[in-house]
Formats: sequence, C-alpha cells, structure tokens
Amino acid sequence: MNFTGAFTPDHLKFLLEGFLVTLQVASIAIVFSFIIAAVIGIIRYAKIPVLAQILGVLVELIRNLPLLLIIFFIHFALPEVGIKFSIIMSAIIALTIFESAMLSEVIRSGLTSIHKGQIEAGRSSGLSYIQTLWHIVLPQALRRMVPPIVSQFISLLKDTSLAVVISLPELMHNANVINNQPGGDKFVMPIFILVALMYFIVNYTLSIIARRLELKTT
Amino acid sequence: MFKRKKRILSILLLAFTAVFMLTACGDKKDEESTGNDSKGKDALQTIKDNDKIVFGVKNDTNLFGLKNPSTGDIEGFDIDIAKEIAKSILGDASKAEFKEVTSKTRIPMLQNGDINAIVATMTITDERKKEVDFSDVYFKAGQALLVKKGSSIKSIDDITKKTKVIAVKGSTSTQNIREKAPEAQVLEFENYAEAFTALKAGKGDTLTTDNSILYGMADEDSNYNVVGDLFTDEPYGIAVKKGNTELVEAINKALTEMKDSGRYDEIYKQWIKLN
Amino acid sequence: MLDFTILTNNWDMYVEGFKNTLLTSLLALIGSFLFGTLLAVFRIAPIKSLNWIGTIYVEFFRNIPLLIIAFTLYAGFPTLGIELDGFQAGTIALIIYTSAFISEAVRAGILSVHKGQTEAARSSGLTYIETMRYVVLPQAIKIVIPPLGNQFINLVKNSSILSVIAAGELMYQADLISARTYVVFDVYIIVALFYLVITLPLSYGVNYLEKRLAKSN
Repeated sequence: MNFTGAFTPDHLKFLLEGFLVTLQVASIAIVFSFIIAAVIGIIRYAKIPVLAQILGVLVELIRNLPLLLIIFFIHFALPEVGIKFSIIMSAIIALTIFESAMLSEVIRSGLTSIHKGQIEAGRSSGLSYIQTLWHIVLPQALRRMVPPIVSQFISLLKDTSLAVVISLPELMHNANVINNQPGGDKFVMPIFILVALMYFIVNYTLSIIARRLELKTT
Repeated sequence: MFKRKKRILSILLLAFTAVFMLTACGDKKDEESTGNDSKGKDALQTIKDNDKIVFGVKNDTNLFGLKNPSTGDIEGFDIDIAKEIAKSILGDASKAEFKEVTSKTRIPMLQNGDINAIVATMTITDERKKEVDFSDVYFKAGQALLVKKGSSIKSIDDITKKTKVIAVKGSTSTQNIREKAPEAQVLEFENYAEAFTALKAGKGDTLTTDNSILYGMADEDSNYNVVGDLFTDEPYGIAVKKGNTELVEAINKALTEMKDSGRYDEIYKQWIKLN
Repeated sequence: MLDFTILTNNWDMYVEGFKNTLLTSLLALIGSFLFGTLLAVFRIAPIKSLNWIGTIYVEFFRNIPLLIIAFTLYAGFPTLGIELDGFQAGTIALIIYTSAFISEAVRAGILSVHKGQTEAARSSGLTYIETMRYVVLPQAIKIVIPPLGNQFINLVKNSSILSVIAAGELMYQADLISARTYVVFDVYIIVALFYLVITLPLSYGVNYLEKRLAKSN
C-alpha cells in the first residue's frame, strides 16, 4: 500500500470531480423519480382502470430486474431499435426508471396508510375526490414519505456507481482510472478505502437526517 | 399543521431548485449526434458538418490509450494516430474528441453513433468485417504470452490443461487461445488492467493478448516478461460504421500521409519500445 | 421479433450463468443470514462494546455501494497477498453487504418479541444466550421471513454486479454472448427473462407471506 503515492492533490481532485458527477446524476434522478413515482403511486392508489393495471405490471417487472442490466440495456441495446441517449442521459434515465418503480411503491403505501375515515369525512363535507386527495390525503402522506424518500436517495447515490459499466465519469470510474496507472496496484487499497469513506460520509449524514425527520413526523 | 405543510413544501422546492442549479452549471452540454445514421449521408460529411471527429479509445491500456488522472486526458499511440487523422480531415488535431471504450463496448458504441471511429487496439478480422468497415492496417501486432520471470512457460507449446490462461472479454486473443491451446483453462476479465492485476495476483499462469499490450505491461513491472514467438497476426485497424466508404478513404489517406511524412515513425518510436 | 436462436445457440452459457447466479445468491443468503443474525444479537446484547461493533458495521456497510466492496476484495486484496477468484470475491462481497440489511430485519424481529417473555425466560433460570436461542429467535424468525425473501430478491439482482469481476453468473455470460454474436438487444432481453424467472415468483411469495402475516396479527 502506498498512501502518499495514492493521495496526491491531482488524484484527490480527480476523485472529487467524479463524486460531483455522482451527486449530480443522483440528484437529477431523484427529482425525476419522485415526480414519476408520485404519478404512478397516485394512479395505482386511485385504482384508475387499465392504466393502474398496466403500471402495476411495469413496476413489478422493473423492480425485479437488476439495475446494472437496465443501465447497460438503455445505453447499448436501445440504439439497436433506434433510441439513443448520451452516456449521462442513459445513466439518468436508467436510474430514474428503476428508482421511480421502487419509489412508487413507497408513495402508494404512504397513501394507503392514510385512514379511510378521513377520506370519508372529506367527501361527506362536500369535497370532490380530487380535492380530498389533494387537500387531505396527499399532505399527510407526503410528510410520512419524506424519510423513505431520503433513504431512496441514499440507494440512488450508491446505485450510481453501477454506471461505471457505461463509462460515466463518476466516482467509481475515476477511482479505477487512478488504479489503472502504471504501478497503480499499490494505490488500489488506499483509493478504494478513501472512496468508500466518501460514500459513507455523505450517505450516513443523509441517513441521520432521514431518522430525524422520521422522529419528527411520528 | 398548515404552516408545517408549507414549510416542508418550501424545503422540497428549495432542494429541487438547488439541484437544478447545481446541474445546470455543472452539466457539460452533451454531444450532438455523431450522425452517420442519417440516410445516404456519409459519416465523413457529418464529421465535416460538426467540425469534429469522435474517436472511441481505450482508457486503461498502457502505451496505447491510458487516462491520466492529473490532466483527465487520454494518452498513447492510438490517441496520437487519431489526432493525426483529425488533422488530415479537419485541418486541426484538436478537433479530435475522445470517448472511452472497452473491448466489450466499442462496437455497440460505434453502431449507436456515440463515436465516429474506433482506434482502440482493434484487430481486423473477417468476422468483424461483417459488422464494421476497417481502414488499412495502422499497427502490426501479434499474440504472445506474458509470464512471471522464471516461469516454466516459454511458448504456447508449454500450455497444458493445468495452465490457467488470463485473457480479456470480447478480444480476439480469447478466441485464438481457445483454438491454439484448446486444453487450457481460460479466465476472461473486463479489461487489461484487471487481467494484469489478476496475473500478478497469481490467478493465472500466463496472460495472453497482443504483444504490443504485453510490452506495455512488462514496461510497467519488470518482474514480468514476454515469451514465445508471435502465434497470430493481429493487424490493428480503425473501424467505422458499415457503408461509410468516404470516411474509410479519408482515414487511409491520412495514414499514408503520416507514413510518408515520417510522423508515423515518430509516434511509433515515442510509444512502442519493443525491447 | 425476438431472435430466439440467440437463446438456443447459447443455451449452455445461459444455463451456466443461471446456475451460478442461483448458487452465489443462495450461498450469500445463508452466509448473510447467519452473519446478520450474529450482528443483530451483537446490537441488542447487554454489552456496550458489542453494541458498538454491531452498529458501526451496519452503518458503514449500508452506506457504501456493493460495487466498491466487490472491487476491493477482488482487485485490492490481491495487493495485500489475499487472492480470491471472481466468484469467491463476489459471494463474500454480497455477504458483507447484505448482512448489514439482514441484521436490521432480524433486530426488528427480535425486538418485536415481547419483553415479558425474555424476562420470564431469564427468571426461570435460562442464560441470556439460551433465552435468545430457545425463546426469542424462533419467534423472531417468523417475522423475519418476508424481509429475508426481499433480501434474496435483492441478492439475485445484485449478483449481476459480479459480472464486472468475471464471476461467471448470468450477466457475465450475457456479456460474453453479446461480444461473440454482436447482438445486444436480444441477448440482454433474454437474460432479463432469466432473472425474472427467479425474482418474480419470489416476489409473489413474499407478498403472500406479508399479507398472511398482516392478517394473523
């Protein structure tokens, strides 16, 4: 192991650049995932005929496939049928597809957890179904969902490392580039330990935030 | 309750805008199409229209294409050849753009238009000719064996069914070793760096691929050397998407110019130190 | 539309990958169940230092990507003189990672067993370990089965990561087939079907168990 050779300013800067890409891709993906998941979650909760069933099947399929396969497929297989994205777009799309399927279940169960009595109360006080959903169910469900959404973001940060298979210049990729230098085998352990710590610090902080929010909402 | 709802919403909104701003300034505008799937138009025309040419190159192959973490640039023989081609076609070496490929991803990336041409230690084979069009040979390599100094393996004849041979996924060397030494156990790795690490870790007895790459490894760690005669011809070619004859011609012209001017020999001597 | 000759021509490779995916997932499930249970017991044992070890382990490994554990074992450990092949490194990485999640599930299961029972067992003369072994764990297991099923699904999906360290599982075989046939789309659609053959029934099973458990409570 060669810590001084591994942790040169150039290498550290290169790793930070990679981490920034990881954070960016994960952040964009969580925003889109949340929006899409909310739509899917509401449609399935409201049991809108046909659409709810189709989405149910899709969610079930995606949840049961490896993310690595989805990333690789989006970037390398879809172009065979004429659909083409850049590396960063492929990563964002693949992560969004996968995470929104996961998140839609969180949102659906958040909605289901709101007591039926409240809905009936809302309806009987003259609100329409949509109004009840918007003013009574959603705000409460949303508050309950914040902690699981933060957890999902932690998963996303970890999962972004899989985009290494399509050469997205994120943290794992940049770590490998450093290790591939001539004589880089002496850097492998120090670099991997540092990279693990980088993920840990950010994710652990997020998980503490999630726990705080959980305590507040219950 | 109403206040809290508002607060949560505003926190979420703030987070979203922060993220968008972060990405808006950080996100490098991703490439326009590299074309060459638009009907009837040769990739050469697209390259000229975009005023840039995108090459798929290795990022982990010492001497041919290796990414330098200090600069973020990829350096090597393949890179310099590609720059010369850009200079010949577009008049400026800096109009060459590089994208990282592996043996596994280079053909899909060419087919899906991520790159205009592959300059990535790629051997011309009949099988590959069905998928892509090749330029003239730009580097003559051959398959050899890399072993730890003092190994009992001196040539391909010393490979027995107990020998574990390390190779790289999707490369011709994998197929060749299965033909020339069918009794050997072949272990396939993602890339050359991993393969060499595996050899150093004792996961196999010998690593086989093109001698050019093996010399790069021996150059890196003097405990290893290249043994045996070349048991295959591995002529490297530059691959472009099928049907782009004009682009192939332009690349061939660039190669001839390079060889005539002596620039090719300069690049060769700079990178390839065959003993 | 789908070219099934890809499947028939490469049947042996797909089956080989299927077997390896199942094998590594099963080994990792057993390993991480045992190790995860140990960690859970550590976390609730009445000994502070054990609590800390358990907590640090779980928090650390839950918050880093599986890929980095796999790379470290596979590419990093050899530089320390510890050699593991892709399958071994990958399976151990899966165990290290999944144990952290399973220990949380087991811990929740243990905590759900009523405190009164533990106290009763202790006061009837059983040691702490005996109480765990004969009273608490057997009851906790029932509650833990559905989350274990979910972790098994995750293991099957996560084992695809082993393809980057040459472990010979489904995704790795697909990479090889794709490199030889120059076909991407069909090769990976077929490999997706292989994954679904394992994960979909499991997912239905877990759903069923969860519903039954919810009813019985």
